[in-house]
Amino acid sequence: MSAGTERGTEQRTDTDSALDVSLPSVDSPASELPGWAPWALLGFAAVVVGGGTLLLGRGIALAVAFTAVGYGLAMWGTSRVVEGPRRAADRLVTVVVTVAFLIAMAPLVSVVITVLANGIARFDAQFFTYSMRGVVGEGGGAYHAIIGTVIITALAGIMAIPVGLMTAVYLVEYGRGRLPRAITFFVDVMTGIPSIVAGLFAFALFALFAGPGIRMGLMGSVALSVLMIPVVVRSTEEMLKIVPNELREASYALGVPKWRTITKVVIPTAIAGIASGITLAIARVIGETAPLLIAVGITTGVNLNPFDSRMATLPVFSYYSYVAPGVPREPFIDRAWTAALVLIILVMVLNLVARLIARLFAPKTAGR
Amino acid sequence: MSKNIDVEDLNIYYGSFLAVEGVTMSIRAQSVTALIGPSGCGKSTFLRSINRMHEVIPGAWVEGRLALDGRDLYGPGVDPVNVRRQVGMVFQRPNPFPTMSIYDNVVAGMRLNNKKAKKEVLDELVERSLRGANLWNEVKDRLEKPGSGLSGGQQQRLCIARAIAVSPEVLLMDEPCSALDPISTLAIEDLINELKQDYTIVIVTHNMQQAARVSDYTGFFNIEGTGKPGKLVEMDDTRTIFSKPTQKATEDYVSGRFG
Repeated sequence: MSAGTERGTEQRTDTDSALDVSLPSVDSPASELPGWAPWALLGFAAVVVGGGTLLLGRGIALAVAFTAVGYGLAMWGTSRVVEGPRRAADRLVTVVVTVAFLIAMAPLVSVVITVLANGIARFDAQFFTYSMRGVVGEGGGAYHAIIGTVIITALAGIMAIPVGLMTAVYLVEYGRGRLPRAITFFVDVMTGIPSIVAGLFAFALFALFAGPGIRMGLMGSVALSVLMIPVVVRSTEEMLKIVPNELREASYALGVPKWRTITKVVIPTAIAGIASGITLAIARVIGETAPLLIAVGITTGVNLNPFDSRMATLPVFSYYSYVAPGVPREPFIDRAWTAALVLIILVMVLNLVARLIARLFAPKTAGR
Repeated sequence: MSKNIDVEDLNIYYGSFLAVEGVTMSIRAQSVTALIGPSGCGKSTFLRSINRMHEVIPGAWVEGRLALDGRDLYGPGVDPVNVRRQVGMVFQRPNPFPTMSIYDNVVAGMRLNNKKAKKEVLDELVERSLRGANLWNEVKDRLEKPGSGLSGGQQQRLCIARAIAVSPEVLLMDEPCSALDPISTLAIEDLINELKQDYTIVIVTHNMQQAARVSDYTGFFNIEGTGKPGKLVEMDDTRTIFSKPTQKATEDYVSGRFG
């Protein structure tokens, strides 16, 4: 090994011993920053840059932002001097990626904390067992809205899942030529439809049959299924595509017809991904407000019949409690927060269910 | 159980592209026929046309005659699904169904075709097929475990068991050992020797020693250049092909001068 050349190539890695032979210019390992150095620099940046910003009266948000920038620069500079340019670039990118992650997390954490703090007050048994019929002030609950959300979402799923599943099967297993490409294109377009348009579509559709001004739970389900279908098609399509062709061929070679190969081999192999994709599609539409506002409206009492008159749903309940509260105002606002909390919990549970399904149905490889 | 295959002037196309041209050969029952040749010469395509598996690829079609004991497999009204029930196939890479146990993999041919059978009948079929594939002793205690948990060689033998469980008359093997280690390869080759008592076996292989070891007859495919169709150059006793072939190209190939 010859003496010092490029500092950038001086890093210790697992392959160094192997590289030593072919790369005689590799120098002995450079000095490395100790493990506590990043934290010390962070503290330093926080005190000097952040503290300085605060002292100048620029507010906490700017102080945090400046601290991040100062930390990144300090880290890069120190590392460049001590460890060389390649390692410095690595340190800098680490800081940038971490900051990006924190920026992405901030609104999420903020929403969860705010909703929890405000919604926990009315998160009681009464909220889940009472409707709003005859309630003007304190008390009452969202039983009717929870039931409404469950019924409407379930109906939407019943309509959207078979259509989406079969569309995906057609696209992957049967579609040849121009038609499947056109379908894929329009499915992609549908993914981008604003939810209010789906609501207006359902409204207009039912107005054709039953005259304008009609409202019922089924209309909401139709609107939601319009939003759900492209998500189901897309996720199912991806899952069916990754089923290896060898399995289809193995099945054909046993003299199994194509449709039975699809129902008994292809779909079971992909069922974990399909099921979790469907669950995520449900989670995606369960919080939709705009289409339900138009197509279903709101009511104060329990309505179990989705084919007749208005129904309450959690998002719309939350929205109306906020924009049109009664007097006094506070109980309505509290119920709106709690409804939002329940919705978040529902979505979270659906996501957990999706993961559970994926794990339960996943093809087993253990047992060697 | 096994049957002769007679091929007359068979052309295989992908769309308008002629992939294999003018194959004429007869494959004897209860023998092993090996197909050798350089990559891309159409031997796998030809193999897949014997049980109409190549039709799975859109646009693939054939002209000519391919008969199983005198019955034209491409005649009008012949259902490819029925052809595949008589002509089984083992693929290059072991492909047991990942959602099924070892037991279910063996009876997959029955189950997937919705044939109802009693538990004892199925049990007997599983044991017979796994014994036939020399796998029974290794897996008899874990039939309910997933088939994908076996080693590569065991998986390939499981696939052979799955193929013979539907009692086909012909067994096609598309480079069945190319993904396996030498010991598993030996196990499969021994198995092929036993299976030829009951089945007509056609095997595609890149390994000339393997062709020499396992086969009774050998067909040599070749291609003149890219874009040209593959052709059957010569077919004869394996010993003749490897010792004194009539064609120069065959001699060059089996002596390792090209390919």
